[in-house]
Amino acid sequence: MNRLGPSRVTRWVIALVVGAFFAVPLVSTLLFTLRDPEGGVSLSRWAALFDPAHSAAIRPIWVGLGNSLILAVVTVAIVLLLLAPTMILVNLRFPALKPAFEFTVLLPISIPAIVLVVGLAPIYLQIGRTLGTGTWTLAFAYGITVLPFAYRSIQAAIDAADLRTLSEAARSLGAGWPTVVLRVLAPNLRQGLLAASLLSIAVVLGEFTIASLLNRQVFQTAMVVVQKQDPYAPAIFTLLALLFVFVLLLLIGRVARGTGKPRP
Amino acid sequence: MTAVVTTGVDAAASAPTPSGLAPAVQPRRATPSTAWLGLVPFAAYVVLFLAVPTVLAIGSGFVTKDGAFTWTNLGALGAPVVLATFANSAGLSLLTALVGAAVGALVCYALLGLNPDGVVRSMVDAAAGVLAQFGGVTLAFAFIATIGIQGVLTVFLRDSWGVNIYEDGTWLYELPGLVLPYIYFQVPLMVITFMPALAALKPQWAEANLTLGGTRASFWLRVGIPVLAPSFLASVLLLFANAFSSYATAAALASQGSQIVPLQIRAALTSETVLGRENLAGALALGMVVVVGIVMALYSLVQRRAARWQA
Repeated sequence: MNRLGPSRVTRWVIALVVGAFFAVPLVSTLLFTLRDPEGGVSLSRWAALFDPAHSAAIRPIWVGLGNSLILAVVTVAIVLLLLAPTMILVNLRFPALKPAFEFTVLLPISIPAIVLVVGLAPIYLQIGRTLGTGTWTLAFAYGITVLPFAYRSIQAAIDAADLRTLSEAARSLGAGWPTVVLRVLAPNLRQGLLAASLLSIAVVLGEFTIASLLNRQVFQTAMVVVQKQDPYAPAIFTLLALLFVFVLLLLIGRVARGTGKPRP
Repeated sequence: MTAVVTTGVDAAASAPTPSGLAPAVQPRRATPSTAWLGLVPFAAYVVLFLAVPTVLAIGSGFVTKDGAFTWTNLGALGAPVVLATFANSAGLSLLTALVGAAVGALVCYALLGLNPDGVVRSMVDAAAGVLAQFGGVTLAFAFIATIGIQGVLTVFLRDSWGVNIYEDGTWLYELPGLVLPYIYFQVPLMVITFMPALAALKPQWAEANLTLGGTRASFWLRVGIPVLAPSFLASVLLLFANAFSSYATAAALASQGSQIVPLQIRAALTSETVLGRENLAGALALGMVVVVGIVMALYSLVQRRAARWQA
């Protein structure tokens, strides 16, 4: 408890006023989806999601969601198999490179996604020729956009664990580097790795700019397509997606709290 | 660094193992000449998907469609239409950054009175994370459902109070309509970035101030606000860059017209003949990089100053 905080009354006034601004659009969206076609309130719009007669209209959303989930898996793979081992290597063997490395991985924050798309368009033309135009290839671009978020989570875990001592102990006991990384370091970093993965999933599910301008069908672009004919289904998915990411971030908070870093 | 970069592309193609730590297996202190091979895959990846696209994006502003060098695209940045969109973008970003920062700072102040490990704090943290990151299309839809032409609030105000919020036209789908959704994602971002600075204020300073005969107000005026000012300014800059780069909300709300720079880039990308110039998208991208780059450079400068007292 911090004694610098405001009085209970002030706290409540702030909470109510700001809370109302944030609650109104969410509650309105919920009420919007509960609007009955004949007037009144009903769950018919929600039931329609699973109604076969209605399924053709919202099919793009399911397809897009499927594509986004594939992208999330590949992006998480990039984070865990490419970023994380490189971070371990930099921290253990090339501490001098750390500032340059950090600068590079935080760079995507300052390069707007829309700028990246302008340059990615010709690259994806090449990728399309060699690897095909499968949606999963988009994960290469997403891996870049999640770099700063993933880096911060993993670096926090690396700072909390003494990598050098751990790896030297394991090495002196005769473990090879693959064993050290997989069986000694990774378990010690698991909270950071988990947080990085969950954040990556949240970012991938919310990404629109790159997919839209490269004409790929993902969750967000499909919502825009469907919204033109049926505003209700995207509103429902909006609520569900927000809820899903909220739970994800609550999990990350839990995970991060357990990092065992002593609080001052 | 340059050695890694130049050999990166070839080496990555021949080495499919992404974990790249295998080369370091041999002796206890392997010579750096094998260990740096582990950096190659990641370096190649970053070069291919971050460095090259950025260079291509900016570079395409300097060439014609046939690849010849030209300054004419850059000249298009001076066209009145383009200048107006940059002004719109900057105005929108500044307004929403200031409002978002002020409201967000208030929320942080209110959070200060709560237990940092409590349920409410973790809920607010998670909610801030969702709303700051998951803006985009989702947010646009929430606002359409709320104050769209058939939105719940619109209909309610019209039927129960006789108030028509669209008397002067459907502003939600134009520039003014972006203000509320932008504030909606700016406030949570402010909470995320400003809260650590506020939480690092030491209660002992308040006690020292009280012992010396100060009041609560004098603490904030003489200690709290001056100490927090650099952090606050840094957050405003970050919020500005955030709004300036934001594309999805605007794209989902405004299907036509391009009042802000990202939408103008979309127009330039989808039709190659905006203003009769090719590769205008590249020139616009360059303009954006310059603006966001300056803002982010200022951000890190101010942030460094702000970090001095938080050890």
